[in-house]
Amino acid sequence: MFYYAFMRYAFTAGIFIALICGFMGVFVVARQTSFFTHTLSEIGFSGASFGVFLGISPLLGMLLFTSTSAILIGLSGEKLGRREASISVFSGLFLGLGILFLSLSTQQSSYATSILFGSIVGIDASNLHTLIFLSIILLITIMLLFRRLAYNSFDGQGAEYNQRYNKLVSIIFLILLALTISVTAQIVGSLLIFVLLTIPASAAKYFVHSLGKMIALTCAFALLGVWLGLYLSYLTNWPVSFFITAIESVVYGVAILYEKIQNAHK
Amino acid sequence: MDSILKVTNLNLEIPNRTLFKNLKFEIPAHKLTCVTGENGVGKTTLIKHLLQDLDNHFTQHVQFSIQRDQIQYVPQLRNIDDEFPLSIHDFVSLGFKKRILPWNSPQMKTTLTQILTETNLSNIEKQPLGRSSGGEKQRAYLAQALCANPELLILDEATASLDVISKHELLKLLKKIMATRGLTIIFITHDPDLIEQYADYELHLSNQSGTLLKKEGLD
Repeated sequence: MFYYAFMRYAFTAGIFIALICGFMGVFVVARQTSFFTHTLSEIGFSGASFGVFLGISPLLGMLLFTSTSAILIGLSGEKLGRREASISVFSGLFLGLGILFLSLSTQQSSYATSILFGSIVGIDASNLHTLIFLSIILLITIMLLFRRLAYNSFDGQGAEYNQRYNKLVSIIFLILLALTISVTAQIVGSLLIFVLLTIPASAAKYFVHSLGKMIALTCAFALLGVWLGLYLSYLTNWPVSFFITAIESVVYGVAILYEKIQNAHK
Repeated sequence: MDSILKVTNLNLEIPNRTLFKNLKFEIPAHKLTCVTGENGVGKTTLIKHLLQDLDNHFTQHVQFSIQRDQIQYVPQLRNIDDEFPLSIHDFVSLGFKKRILPWNSPQMKTTLTQILTETNLSNIEKQPLGRSSGGEKQRAYLAQALCANPELLILDEATASLDVISKHELLKLLKKIMATRGLTIIFITHDPDLIEQYADYELHLSNQSGTLLKKEGLD
């Protein structure tokens, strides 16, 4: 399996994707903004097809669209991003725009599926280097702001009054989220990045209750999904995204079961 | 009287309504002052306004004798549902804000242990906050605020959802901590029992103004 360069690239990419999903996922789940994350990944799809349309790289288009939306949402207050109606409006609009840009560009529709659902074959050395570079920048930023992000995410009301520049911290978080989505969408696709950012962290919180352990377990669940998914995809030739979502769903199912059993014993 | 906050000639308006006109009062230092008044009189709005003025360095009407960092505000509503995953220990640690590195220094660990003991949370520190009782949650909010080593604590209706026993426990704890740490406490409340038993002063807000009354609170 590792004879193929693209498999080696994909497995290496998996490590970095799992790391950033570990940190960001725990914060996303704490803020209860899973669905905003979903919208942001659709905005990412739209951005990628815009990039294709313009003839610049899809990643650049994605970064442009997702960061701009993150800043706008951050400025208008994160509540907007949690409101059901605004989520539907944005999801619909950006999905539509994505399709428009793709049909305007000369690319084949297979390109759309590769942006939406990702593809391991799509990863080459230069993709991998961009991914590693952006991941490292993300991780360093998260480390430097870790305490502020944690307070802001886990205790929004407390932080609003007792943390300086709290609103700025929220905006930075959303930009980091936009970056995470753009970076990871290359491998799992913009629609399914949602899975890696929300399910591992949602499962981890049933098993452990300290911040450090939650992040570690979330990384482990994400890495398990990506690596095992890649392996199974290699064996069967079925799409990686399917395996990743299936594995993460099983992990979540086990977590819920664990929680039920724990409660029954109390 | 040694005061921590002095308000003079403050006018406060919200859309379509004047909440306060020429409001004037002082908050005595190292005492527990209960802020009382009818629902909708603007207790919370007033406190938030005072903090905002301090944030924006508007000192014309509102003068604090301390810095913003030395004030901790414990809001009435917090987004803590049954599934809130963090342990009490980790939730309280969120209150340490001066450090950049993600992990706690040995000195912070010592401080944290001390605060958890002070607030009677040591034996349940590993419990998820979402699973904790109302009284335990309030003690955790208090403990988190203490991590910032404040001079002034402002609690907004901290006892609103508590049963009688937990209410009195919390107030006794507050008065003990106030004495040992030399804190000043502002406590927004409706509860006449608590005011009678524990308040050193009462700031009663009504008719767009406020009156400070001295009380005989227990120590």
